[in-house]
Amino acid sequence: MNFQPLFLWTDILVWLLVLACLTFGWTVARTPALRSSWHAVLARPMGMASLVVLAVFVFIGLADSLHYRARLDNGQLDVEVRSLLDKALGSLNERSERTYSAPLATHAQARETIEKPDGRQVRETPRLQHGGAHLADPEKDWLADVAVRTATGLMWGALVSLSLFMLLALLMRAVWRCDLKTAFARLWLPSPAAIAWRSLLMTGALILLATGVITSLAGGYHVLGTDKVGQDVLYQTLKSVRTGLVIGTLTTLVTLPLAIGLGLLAGYFRGWVDDVIQYVYTTLNSIPWVLLVAAAVLIVQVFIEQNESSFSSVAERADVRLLALCVIIGLTGWTGLARLLRAETLKLRELDYVTAARAFGVSGPRILTRHILPNVQHLILISIVMDFSGLVLAEAILSYVGVGVDPVMNSWGNMINAARLELAREPVVWWPLVAAFSFMFALVLAANLFADVVQDAFDPRVSKAAGDKP
Amino acid sequence: MIRYFLRRLLYAFPILIGVNLITFFLFFVVNTPDNMARIHLGVKHVTPEAIEQWKAEHGYDKPLFFNPQQTGVQTVTDTLFVDRSVKLFAFQFGKADDGRDIARDIKTRMWPSLAIALPVFVIGLLANITAALLMVFYRGTRLEYAGVAGLIALMSISGLFYIIAGQYFIAKLWQWLPISGFDGGIDAIKFILLPAIVSVAAGIGSGARWYRTIFIEEIGKDYVRTARAKGLSELRVLFRHVLKNGMIPILTGAVVVLPLLFTGSLVTESFFGIPGLGSYTIDAIRSQDFAIVQAMVFLGSVLYIVGLLLTDLSYTLVDPRVRLT
Repeated sequence: MNFQPLFLWTDILVWLLVLACLTFGWTVARTPALRSSWHAVLARPMGMASLVVLAVFVFIGLADSLHYRARLDNGQLDVEVRSLLDKALGSLNERSERTYSAPLATHAQARETIEKPDGRQVRETPRLQHGGAHLADPEKDWLADVAVRTATGLMWGALVSLSLFMLLALLMRAVWRCDLKTAFARLWLPSPAAIAWRSLLMTGALILLATGVITSLAGGYHVLGTDKVGQDVLYQTLKSVRTGLVIGTLTTLVTLPLAIGLGLLAGYFRGWVDDVIQYVYTTLNSIPWVLLVAAAVLIVQVFIEQNESSFSSVAERADVRLLALCVIIGLTGWTGLARLLRAETLKLRELDYVTAARAFGVSGPRILTRHILPNVQHLILISIVMDFSGLVLAEAILSYVGVGVDPVMNSWGNMINAARLELAREPVVWWPLVAAFSFMFALVLAANLFADVVQDAFDPRVSKAAGDKP
Repeated sequence: MIRYFLRRLLYAFPILIGVNLITFFLFFVVNTPDNMARIHLGVKHVTPEAIEQWKAEHGYDKPLFFNPQQTGVQTVTDTLFVDRSVKLFAFQFGKADDGRDIARDIKTRMWPSLAIALPVFVIGLLANITAALLMVFYRGTRLEYAGVAGLIALMSISGLFYIIAGQYFIAKLWQWLPISGFDGGIDAIKFILLPAIVSVAAGIGSGARWYRTIFIEEIGKDYVRTARAKGLSELRVLFRHVLKNGMIPILTGAVVVLPLLFTGSLVTESFFGIPGLGSYTIDAIRSQDFAIVQAMVFLGSVLYIVGLLLTDLSYTLVDPRVRLT
């Protein structure tokens, strides 16, 4: 074997989370009520489109969650930890320049003194080592080359989209048991009650077209330019996807048991249990959130610095810090949901079916898990999807404050942090900032739109209030 | 009513004690003063003597909870816990690591914070309500749909982007306003304007969307139908009835943050170079000055609890149905 798999802590948790999601999906498929709610989400074009975008991000993130260390020729393990995503991106990581270069540029951004073959010294922007290196005369060929590459990329994108469409139609023909023409029609023609297939197809096609163009251009250029040390910005941005997703999801893993457990207990048992739990969350709530997180992260930082030797690689150290950040945000962020669940449980415990269960002698824990928990499920789900986008955004803020992820870790927050100085340069370096923001915006927007649709589908209150029109 | 407030004030004490225990535990038990000394002196080449000297200079040379070298009450009072945590209740914040008096710093720095935060709060509230009302007025139309989509897009942009874009375009490229800094008196306006615009833009997405749900919920109620049945115009229904009733959750939600305006915003202040409490805190975090962070945590908690009390009070003021007992 010429590589050795490496399981980082967050990797393990991420895959456990995937497993949990699959189990949840299986339960949904078997429960008619949940199925109809999810069907309502997928029937909305917006819900479907945002789900596709989220799925692409998750795909990138998961590919980046399979780490390994390559075995070098001399039989030793490489110190550098790489992931499947690095492998897939191929040379994107290795083809680095010396310093800044604009997107699709053939020359570096800054002037340097270069010695010509005849001994003259001139000040000019040097050619890049990789970006557009295949062009004989960049000034003449550049436009044509970029156009050809874009067109090829679009063509490939279209080709892949069309074949996937065909494949889907063939598949659905078998599922629906109809002829191919009907299958095409059902996939393409919108109908209000059915799943929004057209939205799936169009979003998918758009993403495939964009991927085609980017892949095609990335073969010869740095599509999003290079940063201060000459690293490809596209590579960094893609690597940052995982950081954002991990913070947005693993935090929930810490939040949920606390919020659900304490919220239900407080609401159901009332009395001193309620008093204690309320005291704990009021106390936590009254501490300014950023300060609480900052304080805890500073402590972790000190701890990591002191135990520097116990981490065998930089990646492992950064990973432990990322995990610690998730735990800290989770430990400080459960109060909102707990309060919501407490209030809901207070209401539910007085309802007839709970009283009946109690009269039959059903035990407290059983009432909580069998009768109350399923009825607050929608609140939990809505809160998970709503919190996700906030957490991704919070990462940027925390990294700016200096208590975010490890500085060596690729993250949008770190990219934005670095971009502040780049904007002050002359000529201005805008591409790392724009790249980080657009990817972050795409992810957060998709998450927000998805949350909106999920809320509409699951929250009975919303649909009732919005239904009243003059 | 007075009894209610006395009781609530008494409730505040255990909470503040809890806050203090948490911060004390985080700062001085998990992260011992020895660690702190090492951080400040640089991790390498630190002798035990240097650590002891640093601790003595900065008042960290006492035991945490129990001092066996003293006698009587002093075994408990002459400790780090009393010095660092109990004294906070008397608003004695002590000295920062660079020797400056924290209480005095806070007193001078809270005014610039307030000068930024108050206009942001007022303008933001007005802008959010206006946007929400507009959308409720045009509900069911394409305009509202576009409005909601726009708000979701606005709230999907990182707050940092608003600041960076605002500074780059408004201050650097077009040079309408100074890029950062602060000045007292009437000159303050030109320094306040840019942070205010940026903060309002950053907040309108989630704010207006939330207020819209409040108004929409209000509009489904019976009294609105009655008002319409009386023949009132939609505009009148909206402003005279829906707005007034919708203001109850909005105002009470806003009152909580009112006292916290003094502490300012961490990110806004540090980006715009405003010498307020937000930038004070962020500098303290970056230089790992735990005394300042602890003082700010305590101050923030006190203000939050005051905010909760004010919220209760405001319920009785805006909604006559609420009586506190």
